[in-house]
Amino acid sequence: MNIAKKTKEKLDGNNFLLMITILLFFALYLAGMFAFHEKGFGKPQVFLNLFISNAGLLIAAAGMTMVLITGGIDISIGSVIGMTCMLLAWMMEKKGISAGASIVIVLIVGTVFGLVQGFLIAYLKIQPFIVTLAGMFFARGMTAIISKDMITITNETFLRMAGEKINFNFITTYNKKGMAIHPYIYVSVIIAIIVFILIFLFLKYTKFGRSIYAVGGNEQSALLMGLNVRRIKLRVYVMNGFLAALAGFVFCLNSSGGFVEQARGFEMEAIASSVIGGTLLTGGVGNVIGSLFGVLIKGTIESIITFQGTLSSWWTKIAIAALLCFFIVMQSLFAAVKKKK
Amino acid sequence: MEKEKNIVLSMRHIYKNFPGVVALSDVDFTLRSGEIHALMGENGAGKSTLIKVLTGVEEFETGEVRTDGKADLVISRSPQEAQKHGISTVYQEVNLCPNLSVAENIFIGREPMKFGRINWKAMNVKAKELLDSLNIEIDVTRALENYSVAIQQMVAIARAVDISAKVLILDEPTSSLDESEIRKLFGVMKKLKERGTGIVFVTHFLEQVYEVCDRITVLRNGRLVGEYEVDNLPRVQLVAKMMGKEFDDLASIKKSCSNQAENVETEKVIDARGLGHTGTIKPFDLAVHKGEVIGLSGLLGSGRSELAKVIYGADKADAGSVYMKGKKLVLKAPIDAMKVGMAFCPENRKEEGIIADLSVRENMILALQAKRGMFHLINKKEQEELTDRYIDILQVKTASRETPIKQLSGGNQQKVILGRWLMTNPEFLILDEPTRGIDVGTKTEIQKLVVKLASEGMSVMFISSEIEEMLRTVNRMAILRDGRKVGELVEEELSQDNIMNAIAGGGEVE
Amino acid sequence: MNRKKIKHITKYRLFWPIVCLILVLLFNLIKTPTFFKVSINSNGVLYGYIIDIINRSSELIILAVGMTLCVASSAGTDISVGATMAVAGAVCCSILGSGEAYNAPYFVGILGALLVAVLCGAWNGFLVAKLKIQPMVATLILFTAGRGIAQLITGGNILYIKVDNFKYLGSTLPHVPVPTPIFVAIGVVILTYLLLKKTALNMYIQSVGINSKASRLLGLNSTLIIFLTYMFCGLCAGIAGVIATSRIYSIDANNVGLNLELDAILAVALGGNSLGGGKFSLAGSVIGAITIQALSTSLYAMGVSADQLPVYKAVVVILIVTLQSPEFKKFVNHQKQKRVEKIGEKVA
Repeated sequence: MNIAKKTKEKLDGNNFLLMITILLFFALYLAGMFAFHEKGFGKPQVFLNLFISNAGLLIAAAGMTMVLITGGIDISIGSVIGMTCMLLAWMMEKKGISAGASIVIVLIVGTVFGLVQGFLIAYLKIQPFIVTLAGMFFARGMTAIISKDMITITNETFLRMAGEKINFNFITTYNKKGMAIHPYIYVSVIIAIIVFILIFLFLKYTKFGRSIYAVGGNEQSALLMGLNVRRIKLRVYVMNGFLAALAGFVFCLNSSGGFVEQARGFEMEAIASSVIGGTLLTGGVGNVIGSLFGVLIKGTIESIITFQGTLSSWWTKIAIAALLCFFIVMQSLFAAVKKKK
Repeated sequence: MEKEKNIVLSMRHIYKNFPGVVALSDVDFTLRSGEIHALMGENGAGKSTLIKVLTGVEEFETGEVRTDGKADLVISRSPQEAQKHGISTVYQEVNLCPNLSVAENIFIGREPMKFGRINWKAMNVKAKELLDSLNIEIDVTRALENYSVAIQQMVAIARAVDISAKVLILDEPTSSLDESEIRKLFGVMKKLKERGTGIVFVTHFLEQVYEVCDRITVLRNGRLVGEYEVDNLPRVQLVAKMMGKEFDDLASIKKSCSNQAENVETEKVIDARGLGHTGTIKPFDLAVHKGEVIGLSGLLGSGRSELAKVIYGADKADAGSVYMKGKKLVLKAPIDAMKVGMAFCPENRKEEGIIADLSVRENMILALQAKRGMFHLINKKEQEELTDRYIDILQVKTASRETPIKQLSGGNQQKVILGRWLMTNPEFLILDEPTRGIDVGTKTEIQKLVVKLASEGMSVMFISSEIEEMLRTVNRMAILRDGRKVGELVEEELSQDNIMNAIAGGGEVE
Repeated sequence: MNRKKIKHITKYRLFWPIVCLILVLLFNLIKTPTFFKVSINSNGVLYGYIIDIINRSSELIILAVGMTLCVASSAGTDISVGATMAVAGAVCCSILGSGEAYNAPYFVGILGALLVAVLCGAWNGFLVAKLKIQPMVATLILFTAGRGIAQLITGGNILYIKVDNFKYLGSTLPHVPVPTPIFVAIGVVILTYLLLKKTALNMYIQSVGINSKASRLLGLNSTLIIFLTYMFCGLCAGIAGVIATSRIYSIDANNVGLNLELDAILAVALGGNSLGGGKFSLAGSVIGAITIQALSTSLYAMGVSADQLPVYKAVVVILIVTLQSPEFKKFVNHQKQKRVEKIGEKVA
């Protein structure tokens, strides 16, 4: 009896939404397996491809989740990712800088970018939306200033890194010709998963992690409880800048090149993943596990549309928007119910 | 005095100026360990400035602050620094994070760590122990938002006490609690007192002061009036000291309109039959006659404001109906009530009353404009004339009619709101706590105005927490308890005792 | 005395927006002495930098007008206006068809586009006003889906309109020397202004934006007013969308109005309006919109490519919001005070 009450308590509001998200993912995936069985939707590789094609998004969504928990937003990350790819390609191809050095440099650039945005938001108290809107413009424009033309990466070290497969030898499937193949992932997925786990632990088990929730819950209170709200916010944006650059690097491992329009609209995918994963846009509530499922749902929809074959790509956009709409409306309804209580 | 040993806090000769105003002038304050010390004063007396100075929100100009009877001066530039000196504050609005668990709220920023990570288990255990020691038994792992304001406030106190047990400032903690919650809070306060904590208790409620406090420090106009032992200071004297004037002025308005009472059987302006709103107010009958002031009395949370809001249509009734002069009303939103001649001055002036950035003129004209409709803009000249007239009638102190209302003092803001409604020429005026948080002078003016309006034929519903104020102004009183109307008292039955009995549930009036 | 006067002028709401615009224009004048020169080309149409700026800023002005009201009433921005433009353009073109003659009369196409745009606005308004979802979040939905929907309408193709008079709206009417978008923009601004000033809407919107709870209690229908502003914003986006489509006599769902929502928000902020809602100035937003376009045009003139333009815009935006930020002002005042104190000490 007590357990029933407890589960009911635990299930209220946001946890309930997270449950829906997880169930939705499985339902979508099973539906995909059912509908496109002949085309091989059920193969392990299809599942792993969700991670491979969304490694960058995973990192970006984790960072975005942190920012959203503080009650802020960062819409510059798509552009930062684009800029990172372009900068990487340009340094390696046009300037002959080694792959390792290039990667370190872009990570520093991303962090500094986050630092500037964070300073404006935390210390000058300018709305995050406006600051990162400018950041978005800036990074996109910088990409074009670095090079208007597409640069394809030919750096061997980098390409080797990008092409390095990690095979799951314990799983064996057979292709149409009857050859044994092992499902695989790329290095990028490993990076993304490590980042994800680190952020999960960080948010749950460090003082700083918890203080992010406090700031998002009630900034004024956090201040009166002795938390250095400005510094916390600044650090979150710095971290997010770093993560955006890292996401850019991972993104680049997949795309192997830089062009001006790369990753446009990526920030909205990250926000959507986060929101679908149960993060409240009003701040204070959210966790990266949910965001993971948010990303997976988005990936699954894309896969289904690809497998279906005749649907155009914009259906992904519409489907994501519909989901976003559903979750946002649900959030607001839950909030309203809570208020009434 | 200097020889006293157990002094935990002493403030001497504190001065603080705000542009154009002396907020504190040569104020002394002394707090001993194990005492509950009331800080009293009317609005503008300097209570909140003193608290702000003490907690480092504001800096004082000259003066000395010492803690623990030590010789070193203590200067706090921020609430954090004050906390380090052993001074913690719990504010009226709970300053915690609703999204975090109770335990986290107590320990945020100083979580117990183990192997470089937060030790959740230890934190929950510690939080439980701490709350248990204050006789509060709740699940500390649940989010704070699941609990009532009272519990939240006690969690805030637990946090403050755990950080530093020397000086605890409670800034109007009881204003949003109901009676049983107040009991609980007092229990916690007494417990802390036994442990030797010095508590500064800021409140408006006299009864509470006499119930829990040991000493009272009274401020007036930024100056110290004096420090008194509770037992040596009768209520009347306390009030006199706070106000700095005798009671005559207040007493003089004692219902000059008692002749109206005879007309009680005249026309019913408002007649609510079986009106109710699920969750806030159970179905009730209530009639208001022409030229009558009806009071609503009851404890906070008894459904006073809710009753008014249902009649006004701010909360849509889901049972019963309202008749105005015999005609049944359909009230979907406040505008419907306004159109038939109702007006409503809400309790929470800042959040529900004023439109902060708009001018006095716009604030006054808006209700009349809404009544006339969007496409019938009142022309500028008429707006100005109307505003000037009511600024004059109500004696609003403002630099000009175009001054943003947020720059006015609380009392003057209230007058502007009153002007807004008088402009609409209502037949039925609802005033929910119209005198809360405003100075005594304005208070009296408003009370007089109410009586005058009624004598001119307006029906007024007057809601107030202060029984004395109601006794001075109303002809008849409806008593509410736990969301239910439990009875009415008319003229001759109106006395402090009767009302108290009815509110507390004596049963006679039922 | 004189100082007081200067202070009084700088306090005037539109002072800084106007200074910004003048600075940009002066900069242009120095850079290009012929900047203010207006001449008539062989087609009998006025041309010159100034005309070009105003012409090109027409859509932005129209969007900014709608955005200003949204911001004022709900303290939030409608980030879906660019997508709504695309939807409106798509509807208009698909009604008219890309044949040698229209499938339906021209005005039906425009009406259809505006109707759909108003519906988009109403959807946003419903989410914001009725469901009380944060505006940016609520409009994020249409922002994400809008271009997808537009592509759905056009079938994913770029539709070209071949009938000649379709161009009139986006370029010039025969025998009229001034580009049509300018007339439309002026018309929208004037009509909006009249709507606000001749009714109580101006006061209502500000009141609701400052305190919607109090507004409801004094008889305003906050929900309806917020809803109306979003619907109006949708309408403005629709008008802008039709103009933008007419300019290129085709609909490219991926690019019509791209990033214009950002420019529109900028225009509102540049116009000295608080993005926190409440008091607003329509004129400010119009000045803001023109400033942004002037800036773009002058940067183009300096050889900056369209791709690179955002960098400069971003820098300007950050400068402006920094200067407007209360924290920065506090800092400056503090420094000033310090200096005064120092001088005081020296004198003593």
